[in-house]
Amino acid sequence: MNLRTDQALIAEWIKPGSRVLDLGCGDGTLMAHLQKNLNVTGYGLEIDEENIVQCIQTGVDVIQTDLDKGLSEFKKDTFDYVIMTQTLQAIYYPDKLLTEMTRVGREAIVTFPNMGHWLNRIQLTLAGHMPKSKTLPYEWYNTPNIHLCTLKDFEKLCATKNIKILDRTTVDHEHQSSFGMNLFPNLLGEIAIYRFKQND
Amino acid sequence: MQATIPVDTVGLIEPKTAHFSDALALASGSKLQEFDIVYETYGKLNADHSNAILICHALSGNHHVAGYHTPQDKKPGWWDNAIGPNKAIDTNRFFVVSPNNIGGCSGSTGPLTTNPETNKPYGPDFPLVTVKDWVNTQAMLADHLGIDVWAVIIGGSLGGMQCMEWSFAYPNRLKHTFVIAAAPKLSTQNIAFNEVARQAIRSDRNFNDGHYYENDDKPELGLMLARMLGHITYLSDDALDEKFGRELRDGKIKFGYDAEFQVESYLRYQGRSFVDRFDANSYLLLTKVLDYFDPASEADGSLSKAMNPATAEFLVISFSSDWRFSPARSQEIVSALLDANKCVSYIEIQSKQGHDSFLMPIPRYHEVMRTALNRIAEGLNIS
Repeated sequence: MNLRTDQALIAEWIKPGSRVLDLGCGDGTLMAHLQKNLNVTGYGLEIDEENIVQCIQTGVDVIQTDLDKGLSEFKKDTFDYVIMTQTLQAIYYPDKLLTEMTRVGREAIVTFPNMGHWLNRIQLTLAGHMPKSKTLPYEWYNTPNIHLCTLKDFEKLCATKNIKILDRTTVDHEHQSSFGMNLFPNLLGEIAIYRFKQND
Repeated sequence: MQATIPVDTVGLIEPKTAHFSDALALASGSKLQEFDIVYETYGKLNADHSNAILICHALSGNHHVAGYHTPQDKKPGWWDNAIGPNKAIDTNRFFVVSPNNIGGCSGSTGPLTTNPETNKPYGPDFPLVTVKDWVNTQAMLADHLGIDVWAVIIGGSLGGMQCMEWSFAYPNRLKHTFVIAAAPKLSTQNIAFNEVARQAIRSDRNFNDGHYYENDDKPELGLMLARMLGHITYLSDDALDEKFGRELRDGKIKFGYDAEFQVESYLRYQGRSFVDRFDANSYLLLTKVLDYFDPASEADGSLSKAMNPATAEFLVISFSSDWRFSPARSQEIVSALLDANKCVSYIEIQSKQGHDSFLMPIPRYHEVMRTALNRIAEGLNIS
């Protein structure tokens, strides 16, 4: 069970013993890691049946959920953290879900592919086609990623939603970070990782 | 007729009877002076008694869950596809116990039993019971078998309601429970269906207020109608359509009231064969058990408050085509458990067969149970 680097970075942000909700938890790798190493409790939400079976096998409590229907079954501040890795871009109403995440969790963490990465910019402006990369492997007509954004877009949305960004980092497709990325995250970061909460 | 018993089953099984001579106080305020529970067991109870699974049956189910009673049996027990050696509920690892609930008509004390006070069958005088009463008697059976803690309690439909009741009534006596195709209480529509079934029975000219055992004619027509109605609600529109469509028995319309469409003939057959194995008084009583179940009503209307004492880990399973106990009803259970911070997993299985899906060997469904039970066996060091 190997964590992706965005997951490993998230794990560093989570306080031991926290209560966590993982949206689009996949096969439960991150939750299992958090449960085992940080004594975290909570649930994964997932829609895919095979992933659900994997979660059950791994010992992660998983609730089959369509995230596009929101998180209405959870009360305010039920969790210390609500996490969503590499899923935001496939949600119908990402703006509403971000608000829901900050309602249900005291803090929220998301990771998403950065459309502002220089390779994506070049593919569209110079080559004239929709960007494809290791993080965005699909064709335009079959991609589940219907709401791609850049770091700038994301931060603008957070500002309009009165969401306070607590932490930001970026990594490349091998999920490594670099000095350049820290200087020009929207240009050089392939995957964005944010920790945020609702302003009081 | 079976030439030989299939090897992948638990084989030939003999039901056992546990007799309880202490008076049993029922939720209704009535008492049973003594009672019997008929049950079957499959597999072996391990040395520390940690591998026991309880199966709770649904409305018309009974203790005969797996295997065969005689080599001549046409069919095995009602959940044989899930229970047996190397099956989803693996009897090589687990000791499976399946009782018949009181009030039924398959051997445990019920309306057919002789009332010691009158020396006649209880009939309509058998006291109405509740899910709570059943769970209390199942706990007495567990004591009788030396099982302090069930590894898992599994039930579908009305059986799932028993799982829920166990979880908060005896929180220390189960580690896990699979609540399948269940609901936290019947919907108004469900009670309405039950009422039609009851009226079909009670208005049968042979019903005689439930005193029909000495008579030659039993309320068979009423029971048959009740079952026909129930059967329609257990299947989905698509499942019926796929099975029969508008197919005619004789290929053409005959302008009469005999069974012309295949579905009519099928329903009549289902109704008639049910009459041979079920007692009308029991059926009436069992529909009432369903109607009465509503744990939230005893906890200020809050299901999560009702479930709060539970310590078991829950696996809740629903079926996409089930409209009698729809996925939304299972989600109510899940929401209450989430609200109470309980350990719970939930999956909606894609299926075509309606409420009856929980009896079908749907690969994903059985895979989910098998995977969960593997994990449970590992956690309990069951080899």
